[in-house]
Amino acid sequence: MLLQHFLENSARRTPDKVALVCRGERLTYDEINRKANQVAFLLRSQGIKRGDRVALFLDNSMESIISLFGILKADAVFLMLSSQLKAPKLAYILENSGARAFISDTGKLKSVSDVIRAARGLEAVILAGDKSRIEPALHRNVIAWPEMEGAPELQAAIRSANIDVDLASIIYTSGSTGNPKGVMLTHLNMVSAATSITTYLENVPEDIVINVLPLSFDYGLYQALMAFKFGGTLVLEKSFVFPYEIIKRMAEENVTGFPGVPTIFAILLQMKDLKKYDLSSLRYITNTAAALPVTHIQQIRETFPQARLYSMYGLTECKRVSYLPPEELDRRPDSVGRGMPNEEVWIVDDRGARLGPGATGELVVRGSNVMKGYWGDSETTDRVLKPGPLPGERVLYTGDLFRMDEEGYLYFVGRKDDMIKTRGERVSPKEVENALYAAEGVAEAAVLPVPDELLGSAIKAYIVRKDGAGLTDKQLLLHCKKMLEEFAIPKYFEFRDSLPKNASGKIDKLSLKAELQRPDRQN
Amino acid sequence: MDGKIMSLRDQIRSFIFENFILEKPEDLVDDASLLEKGIMDSTGVLELVAFLESTYEINVEDEELIPENLDSIKNIVVYLERKLAQASKPKAGQASAAQA
Repeated sequence: MLLQHFLENSARRTPDKVALVCRGERLTYDEINRKANQVAFLLRSQGIKRGDRVALFLDNSMESIISLFGILKADAVFLMLSSQLKAPKLAYILENSGARAFISDTGKLKSVSDVIRAARGLEAVILAGDKSRIEPALHRNVIAWPEMEGAPELQAAIRSANIDVDLASIIYTSGSTGNPKGVMLTHLNMVSAATSITTYLENVPEDIVINVLPLSFDYGLYQALMAFKFGGTLVLEKSFVFPYEIIKRMAEENVTGFPGVPTIFAILLQMKDLKKYDLSSLRYITNTAAALPVTHIQQIRETFPQARLYSMYGLTECKRVSYLPPEELDRRPDSVGRGMPNEEVWIVDDRGARLGPGATGELVVRGSNVMKGYWGDSETTDRVLKPGPLPGERVLYTGDLFRMDEEGYLYFVGRKDDMIKTRGERVSPKEVENALYAAEGVAEAAVLPVPDELLGSAIKAYIVRKDGAGLTDKQLLLHCKKMLEEFAIPKYFEFRDSLPKNASGKIDKLSLKAELQRPDRQN
Repeated sequence: MDGKIMSLRDQIRSFIFENFILEKPEDLVDDASLLEKGIMDSTGVLELVAFLESTYEINVEDEELIPENLDSIKNIVVYLERKLAQASKPKAGQASAAQA
């Protein structure tokens, strides 16, 4: 089973069923399948070969979905990149992955033209949107999306050679060194995860799922993959910025499933009178990326009494780890549940020895959903993928600390390293510090998390200015905006004359952390 | 404070400048989508609403949290004028943006 079979099987079973609703447009399974075939044929005709990486730089859209399946059908590997990526990181990813084609929208060109021009190895650039905005100097081979849709003979299915142990996608995620890491996922990884999840969510073809999460985030991406797997309908939104629009859409489309993250639920719960909207079709709500405050769990259950709420936990390196059966919410509201179907989890101490109930240790995950490794980085891969019980097998050391109770339910304790979880996103303090050091006038920088009701953690940056530099926080904010994604930009800046150092001369973050915890701290 | 009364448009522009750091201030044309330009995101919208409610003493209803009302300077001004006209005592523009 390959990922594109999700689409092809549904197109065979229910060709005329609406698969995707996006910005007022509706496409059936047959229509999407045909368009994806066209993308596949186009990519092949442009020299894209089996195993080649194709980068997508789009907002959530019809084109995103059609393209990813087209790439898979061409036996290539899709890289769904966040449209929030700034030029430096985008350039890094294109270089690191060796991407051979780039699919985007003319509306995005302003921020990425330079990156495209400089990217070696790009055979083709495919652009959706207003054709007239394409400048000839952009790349030697630019194809406008409408041109591709033209030729009917391109709709025939093309021959595929991939098997399930071939790569389907690389998902870039934050790495502790400051550079993003490409999580390599095979068809088997992704099909296995999708199967486990749709099993415990009890998805049926009648399910209509609304996705407000970026497709570059695996949680968002899988909403599309899973909907196509079970033959349901996906309502695809760009974001949750205007919550009323989302609520309206949920009522209009009789949405049955609503995946969210704590920041989305916090915004939703601030709306004044949710009960007056008819959301009776909603049968399940899911949460992951960060823990839901127990008060919010209660409020969600009160507001949507007919819906089942699933608290879940996972990481990009294995897609999902656990889910809490909704009936356990009363007894264990702060648990993220037990391992999902077809997966095994356990907790280890510093030496890798398994721990029993009650002890805190690192969570280890075993299963077909565990990634193949980090693209081009065997060193970091070897630190997280370690030998498992069977010869040659590797299991995932999550770097997350958990406690397990007598019945195997998991409770998140914290990160093993100093990665920051903010707005449900993983942020590397080093990445933020690197960005700060790149600013004029910064002599020293240290980045730490501070608890934040809405964000989970907010990012605080301590700065020591270079002698005589009149650097302001506004200037730093502007600088950060150019280099970092929105969620990685510090919320607080504190300027100091000096920062505490430890014995080896490095900035002593433990000491700064201790300061933050003192009751007399001022933020 | 020089006692000059700023127009609604100028007050809104001022708030946006102060609170959403702009890479290119010239990007802030009245009918540009704040969302598309990456000037405002979901937490930004909440800040904007809080500013409008406290500064102009209006109540932003859930159904009014839509792009047509909030996604550009022009839309915000038109929305605000409508809300203020609806209120029993329309308030003249206050030079309060600096407080934001």
